[in-house]
Amino acid sequence: MMDGSPPPEPLRLGGAEVARLMPMHLWIDARGVIRAAGPTLAKLWPEPLAGLDFFEVFELRKPQDVAGAGDLAALAGHRILLGLRGGDSQTLRGIAVGAGPGQGIFINLSFGLSVAEAVRSYRLSHADFAPTDLTVELLYLSEVKGAVMDELAALNTRLGEAQRRAEAQAMTDPLTGLANRRGFERALARMRAEAHRGGSFALLHIDLDHFKAVNDTYGHAAGDEILSGVAGCIRAELRAQDVTARIGGDEFVALVAGVKEAQTVQKLADRIIARIEGFAAAPSDEARVSASIGAVLSRRDPVPDADALLAEADTALYAAKRAGRGRCVVA
Amino acid sequence: MHGLVNRSFQNFLRDTYGGALWESVVHAAELPPQGFEALLTYDDRLTEAMIGAASLRLGKPHDALLEDFGIYLAGREGLRRLLRFGGADFIDFLYSLEELPGRARLAVPDLILAEMTLSHASPGRFTISFRGGHSALAHVMCGILQAMADDFGALALITATGDAAAVQVDLIEASYAVPRDFVLTLPDLP
Repeated sequence: MMDGSPPPEPLRLGGAEVARLMPMHLWIDARGVIRAAGPTLAKLWPEPLAGLDFFEVFELRKPQDVAGAGDLAALAGHRILLGLRGGDSQTLRGIAVGAGPGQGIFINLSFGLSVAEAVRSYRLSHADFAPTDLTVELLYLSEVKGAVMDELAALNTRLGEAQRRAEAQAMTDPLTGLANRRGFERALARMRAEAHRGGSFALLHIDLDHFKAVNDTYGHAAGDEILSGVAGCIRAELRAQDVTARIGGDEFVALVAGVKEAQTVQKLADRIIARIEGFAAAPSDEARVSASIGAVLSRRDPVPDADALLAEADTALYAAKRAGRGRCVVA
Repeated sequence: MHGLVNRSFQNFLRDTYGGALWESVVHAAELPPQGFEALLTYDDRLTEAMIGAASLRLGKPHDALLEDFGIYLAGREGLRRLLRFGGADFIDFLYSLEELPGRARLAVPDLILAEMTLSHASPGRFTISFRGGHSALAHVMCGILQAMADDFGALALITATGDAAAVQVDLIEASYAVPRDFVLTLPDLP
């Protein structure tokens, strides 16, 4: 019970006030005829809504058991979903209340989540929404979210590129541009994994002959030129899928994919040696080196581990050195 | 300072005065060589050093430079649109300024702007004051408000108060020119 004072006068608002508070309202009389519609809702229909039959303009999507004017009163107190007949598939959502005895029903609507399309289709602006309605803030947020997401994506791309560059640098020998020891280890692991699946490869351990003498006689600049030149010689004999690395001062390795025969390796190694012997550094035609190569094939089951392969190649390399240098021994 | 502010100032310098000026500012102020990232946060001293170095190189007082920065900001279509969400006309927009720090936080949660208070002392005269009397912000806001007055088609005289603790807006005519186009949503992607 209240304090016994008489019930307050019912609140009366004029059409203009209702339109300002609820620009998407709809008042339908007991016969199903629209008596008034808010100014924003009016923009959705080409002719004035007042006087039209509600069911000719709108399709009631929920609840669905309301077929005609006689059932409208039953909507009071319910959430409803409406569509526009013959228009786009946009769904308006709202709430219906009784408008008073014999006065039909009163509905307040909103665009729901399809508001962005509605704003575009009907060129709606600030004035079309009540100041209490957060729709404009919703549109602002969705635009701002897009901008922030774009910025995030761009940042991720830049960071990803920086990481790739740093990784590539960490695996590259700066003098020759070949892989360094770390790059070689990674490539060897990859080739071994492929060999487990039935592939095969050869590992060539290439050691320069007489490099120290050239370095001492013609200086470090000539030595560096020799190293770069040798890198070019090895690369020139290999294909894109093969990997060449400098793993020590004048020590190189090559991983040659898809090789099965010792004879193939021998021929390749001979070509590499011949090319290296043909290269002279700028200061003198005498600034030349040769190379000894120890090679090993992966083609065994199981594939030997990295250390075992390197040790075998090493042994073969020493055999090549002992046999007089400038040649290749295949283990 | 938030990277968004630093990055915007970087873009302002590059777009307005060219890459060479920017490089010399990077060098003089010892800024990150690859510039600022919008989504990271940086030490305030970097921002001050950047503004100081640019001001020195351009022979332009801080205040004028910051005002130009404000005009530049409001001229970026993205930010112009976000500012236009604030209101239907210039007066509406002025009233929305108190919500600006809130809007900024909605956009980027760690972007903190100083609290602003709008007072309407006499017809046509508005004063926007900043909590803590942030003088740099006052000068940037001067530029933003000048650009936005143009955008809304309003004729207004906008000045920072003597101590730069507030911005004064004298609205001469609310609808002086045709406002620039603004719809609430971006055009649909093709």
